[in-house]
Amino acid sequence: MSIGTAPAPRRRTGGRTLLTVVYLLLAGFGALYLLPFVIQIVTSFKTDPDAVAHPLSLLPNPFSLASYRTLFGLGTTGDPVPFTRWLANSVLVTVFITTGRVFFDSLAGYALARLDFRGRNLLFNGLLTVMAVPGVVLLIPKFLVLNQLGIYDSYAGMVIPLLVDAAGVFIMRQFFVSIPKEVEEAARIDGASIFRTFWSVVLPMARPALITLTILSFQGSWNEFTHFLVATQSPQYETLTTGLAHLVSGSLSAGTQYPLKLTAALLATIPVAAVFFAFQRHFVRSANSGAVKQ
Amino acid sequence: MVIILGLFLVLPIGMALWVSLLHWDGQSNPFSGAADFVGLHNYADLSTSAGQDRQLFMTSVRNNLYYVLLVVPLQTALSLGLAIAVNSRRIKGKGFFRTVFYFPSVTSSIAISTVFLFLFQGSGAVNALLKWVGITGPKWFTDAHGLVWSLLGLLGVVDPDKPVAALAAHGFLGLSWWDWLSGPSIAMCTIIVLAVWTTSGTYMLIFLAALQDVPVELEEAALLDGANRWQSFRNVTLPALRPVLFLVITLGLIGTWQVFDAVYVMSQGAPANTTLTPAYLSYTAGFQDADYGRAAAIAFILLAIILAMTIVQRVLLRDRDEPTTRTRFLRRRTS
Repeated sequence: MSIGTAPAPRRRTGGRTLLTVVYLLLAGFGALYLLPFVIQIVTSFKTDPDAVAHPLSLLPNPFSLASYRTLFGLGTTGDPVPFTRWLANSVLVTVFITTGRVFFDSLAGYALARLDFRGRNLLFNGLLTVMAVPGVVLLIPKFLVLNQLGIYDSYAGMVIPLLVDAAGVFIMRQFFVSIPKEVEEAARIDGASIFRTFWSVVLPMARPALITLTILSFQGSWNEFTHFLVATQSPQYETLTTGLAHLVSGSLSAGTQYPLKLTAALLATIPVAAVFFAFQRHFVRSANSGAVKQ
Repeated sequence: MVIILGLFLVLPIGMALWVSLLHWDGQSNPFSGAADFVGLHNYADLSTSAGQDRQLFMTSVRNNLYYVLLVVPLQTALSLGLAIAVNSRRIKGKGFFRTVFYFPSVTSSIAISTVFLFLFQGSGAVNALLKWVGITGPKWFTDAHGLVWSLLGLLGVVDPDKPVAALAAHGFLGLSWWDWLSGPSIAMCTIIVLAVWTTSGTYMLIFLAALQDVPVELEEAALLDGANRWQSFRNVTLPALRPVLFLVITLGLIGTWQVFDAVYVMSQGAPANTTLTPAYLSYTAGFQDADYGRAAAIAFILLAIILAMTIVQRVLLRDRDEPTTRTRFLRRRTS
């Protein structure tokens, strides 16, 4: 990490110019990446006319909490938006899906990593194949299955198909493969059953992987859109993503209400943002293990 | 877990294959024989037989093709550039910049699309910014003109509103050459910007991890041998990044053919179908027009396109990948 020692002296001035250029580039791009969020936050406190007239101004004039009031049903202006309903639905499905994924993905990952059974390799290859199938191609197929099972347009249809995800199983399998076998053998000799070994010995060791999986599952299910779009049609099942998408795409012609939409989008972003800033290194890790994901 | 994966991933594909051979409106049970079995009719409507279905589908393929052609190189170059900048040993605040660039990738695509809809509206923030530098921005979401013709129009070569007769008169697969060559529409460009902006963070992290694996000694050795920074980057760093570069391009190719969320929120295929994509067309064919057979057929053609792209890319890169420059460099240094 020594700074001045490595480059030869003759290159020093050139290095400094380069450094300045790099800083300028980073700052410029940093602004480009941040500005949309800043404008979003500021606009959420603006009134409709103000947002339309001064889209770039960073000072709401007048300062208004109207969109927040409307979203939480306190407002007198504008059509009520069932935002609290969306929020409740999002929380509900996210809790179920995250719990399910952590539980099933780790069980399945362990089975694929450790248990010897016929067809294990076949199953693992199948898993990799499934991961390679583009999600959008499955929109119509998913609808067909939900329809056949009679759980189209229900919470069951929203949650059950997402309880296990191939990428999560893959992450957990890779982790369990990396744990030394001796630990489990010791437990097994002491008379613990397979499930008991898994539950009391292996799982506690898998804490870092479990945290990563939990965060990934949370983010994935909170932001999930296409599955909920094809799994439901009634407004009562709208989540933050489908509700917001309908609000934004539906009322294009009828007034803009940008502050309201941006506030809804902002509130939908906050939970993931909070988790992101608290557990950033897990996101970084998963993005890299995700090199094989997707 | 096998049951759930099988039930919702393997079985559906089989069912969808069957449905893609039917004319089915979603009402009856498609497996009871109530729906008309039409064989490959749905596929023919989209490819060989002339008609509105084919024209619409080919338009969506054209749109998505230009989207891929722009997004994949842009996001790859941008994410590589950001990764190199953030990785510089003498830069302070790396963590901060990394967070800033990565953050858009973890947020909801719907929420981000909403923000971009606001930024790019006719009197929005982007056009206000452009006005500062003296440019009158277009009405982004209603401008169906192709980028190629618009740029040539600015140079006075063609009039974007008056197709060149020679190109408009002839066509291929139901679309005139004028339409095929138009480039992405101005409206599509907003979605392209959005895609590059949201995905570059993830790919930056992948590049960053790879960059940190490049031995510092190797770069320093090159510098000591008298290579300048560019040569050292070109001959040492870049070859070491090669596998990751291929990975990012592959992921990009797969991802960009699936663009759906942004289209749903920002444009619904408008204006003049220039932001229509196969994924979105498949959705509307099924859920709005209740023609699930055609929707499933579109999905399978899309799957075929993605598979073909991936295979072509693999084959192309395998040939060039033989003895990489990095190993050659190592060999030369050790000898």
